[in-house]
Amino acid sequence: MFERKFINGNAAVAHAVRMIQPEVIAAYPITPQSTIVEKVAEFIAQGELDAEYIKVESEHSALAACFGAVSAGCRVFTATSSQGLAYMCEMLPYVSGNRMPMVMAVANRGMAAPWTIWGDHQDSVSMRDQGWIQLYVENAQEAFDTCLQAYLLSEDSAVRTPVMVCLDGFVVSHTDELVELPDLQAVQQFLPTYQPLYSIDPATPFTFSIGVAPDRYMEYKYSQQLGMDAALHLIPQISARFAAIFGREQAGLIDAYRCADAEYVLVTMGSVTGTARVVADKLRSSGLKTGVLKVRSFRPFPSKALVEVLSQVKGIGILDRNYSFGNQGALGTEVKAALAGNTAQQQIINFIAGLGGRDIKPSDLELMYQKIVQAVELDTVAQPVEFIGLRG
Amino acid sequence: MPNSPHANLAPHLKCPQRPLTTGSWRSMRPQVQVEKCNLCGLCDVLCPDGVIKLTAAGLTIDWDYCKGCGICATECYRQAMVMVEEVANV
Amino acid sequence: MINSIKELPAEELVYGSMACAGCGGNLALRLALKVLGKNTVVVTTASCLMGVTTFYPQLAFGVTCVTSVFPGTGAVVSGVVAGLKRKGREDVNVLGFVGDGGTVDIGLQALSGAMERGEKFIWLCYDNEAYMNTGTQRSGATPYGAITSTTPGGPNEMWENRPKKDMLAIAVDHGIPYVASASIAYPDDYIKKIQKAMQAPGPAYIQVLAPCPPGWGHATSQTVAMGRLAVQTGIWPLAEHEQGEFRFTHRPVNRKPVGEYLNQQGRFAHLSPETVSAIQADVDAKWDKFNSGCGF
Repeated sequence: MFERKFINGNAAVAHAVRMIQPEVIAAYPITPQSTIVEKVAEFIAQGELDAEYIKVESEHSALAACFGAVSAGCRVFTATSSQGLAYMCEMLPYVSGNRMPMVMAVANRGMAAPWTIWGDHQDSVSMRDQGWIQLYVENAQEAFDTCLQAYLLSEDSAVRTPVMVCLDGFVVSHTDELVELPDLQAVQQFLPTYQPLYSIDPATPFTFSIGVAPDRYMEYKYSQQLGMDAALHLIPQISARFAAIFGREQAGLIDAYRCADAEYVLVTMGSVTGTARVVADKLRSSGLKTGVLKVRSFRPFPSKALVEVLSQVKGIGILDRNYSFGNQGALGTEVKAALAGNTAQQQIINFIAGLGGRDIKPSDLELMYQKIVQAVELDTVAQPVEFIGLRG
Repeated sequence: MPNSPHANLAPHLKCPQRPLTTGSWRSMRPQVQVEKCNLCGLCDVLCPDGVIKLTAAGLTIDWDYCKGCGICATECYRQAMVMVEEVANV
Repeated sequence: MINSIKELPAEELVYGSMACAGCGGNLALRLALKVLGKNTVVVTTASCLMGVTTFYPQLAFGVTCVTSVFPGTGAVVSGVVAGLKRKGREDVNVLGFVGDGGTVDIGLQALSGAMERGEKFIWLCYDNEAYMNTGTQRSGATPYGAITSTTPGGPNEMWENRPKKDMLAIAVDHGIPYVASASIAYPDDYIKKIQKAMQAPGPAYIQVLAPCPPGWGHATSQTVAMGRLAVQTGIWPLAEHEQGEFRFTHRPVNRKPVGEYLNQQGRFAHLSPETVSAIQADVDAKWDKFNSGCGF
């Protein structure tokens, strides 16, 4: 049982939150995230969601308030973008280091300066090492589906790690699409009530978030990695379970499109993936064996799954909507590191495109494939990192 | 992996836990002048560490945690507490 | 109801902390917890008292303690209050126990948000007038004339050249039901204020002056004496602002000269007689305002 609604990605996230029923929500507005927390407030105002809504004075406080509420044993939700995520930065490792289950929607947006409100992945990618799971979605339906899966993942006893669900600002957050919304019962069947491992109980005093000396710190960090390992193992299982209940295939860690016999593959994250599939189809019809590999889970990074798909590919393009200044795109680094020593000689180009919301057109993607083909034919890469679509 | 001794470590612990003592910090120790003490309990109230207790047997001091700050001796309006040099911590 | 030191329970709810000998902050915490009792959650943050009570292996609290990052304490308090409300535990006291830096400087924004939201919690600022945990750097609460490690004095007279930030007035201006100044040297007065804060229908803010022997430069035995002199000289008035009404809870009859307080502390040892006179004039002016009916 489900209903179809014509809604955008932010509304899809809000509907997911309505069904997930967090007990405490703390939120601060920022474009392009704001309509998520507006819609959630509306659900509470209309009696469709019963939750405490803490109107905090900043994003730092949004996450700090969520931390306090999780300490009290509650399921929580917050959302942010860009500068807001950067402002939360101090709280991010505090939540993950304390093994606090939590889901945060990130409507991706470029970082100032110069000011931009439009989408790229610089905000969440630059928070890569704060101990959060990061799942990138490509459309409103996947945003909805992934929010549900993210809670199950985050609250799993072996994971206990917070999750960011990242949706591209405007392209996903503000674009209306048909979204299937399941009924509440099915959601509750998929996602049981949260059972905290630790929660405030005056009868049993605990000190939450102790301090430790060098002789104990590393073990906590290693434990976080074990949580990530568990997540890597669980994400495909949770996706499969979701598909079984809701009847919709899920990407799991990665989604490989026409990669089985592909010679040229473009690796993507987020909303550009759909466009890339259309372009790959078009090039296939002209005889090129093209494919698209979407990375849904950026943390934990699915190196093994990725190598399995890419090991026989001749030419690989890695498309980054972010940039690590002084080196290359972050996904570029990750994919190359995964492939290193695991595959035969391949030609790899890291493409940087779509920064600050610049449209990545089908012609840009065709150009990327052409450059990959050319590199394979010449058996060399002229420019290992290329900005695509720069103004002349 | 689930069997790892490091799985699911979270930095939250039951409290209190007090394996350490601070009595060795003392260079001076308070000494009750029983004849002057009227058991008013002000030294208990004003002790930052709460080591002085008023009991049926009189004042007791927890030597494991008395840091020897001397507030009790300064604040006693009957001069019933004096600070003496610490010779050996017990 | 605990209204005097005679009624304090014997049980210690913070014990065996690693605080320095003669710590005013530890005394403030210890007495507050005796009033609040076991049904309390402490939210604390980067500060001496967090370091000495929550660092493995010595976990000194006998009640639940949630530690916070430095700027977020007010919001963590809000989250704990909201979470406990959801769990049907509105009976639990939520105490923010935070130093002066974590209150008047880096924690001010989140505290302001929490006070504005009006949730029921107690914020107890133990004010030792500098960042003592990190080595006595000045804070917004450092008083005029004090030497700290970032206002070291010297030939360029680089001691603290600004007056102490008036956090009590800032708290009052948030319109919260209870605001009070307190001193560890007046435990009866302090205990009554904790009791009132506990019963306030919304946010309660108490700033308790907590002398610090190493930071202020006085003997460990003089902590309470310094707290008393701060009140007797009129530098730290004991008062409260309750449901819109301001009143003194202890009014020094004949204020002692400020020099009696300043001259006993290393941090003020460099002050010239002229500067001491200037500080006296400031305190006199403050009391002129009080005497004309002004509150915090």
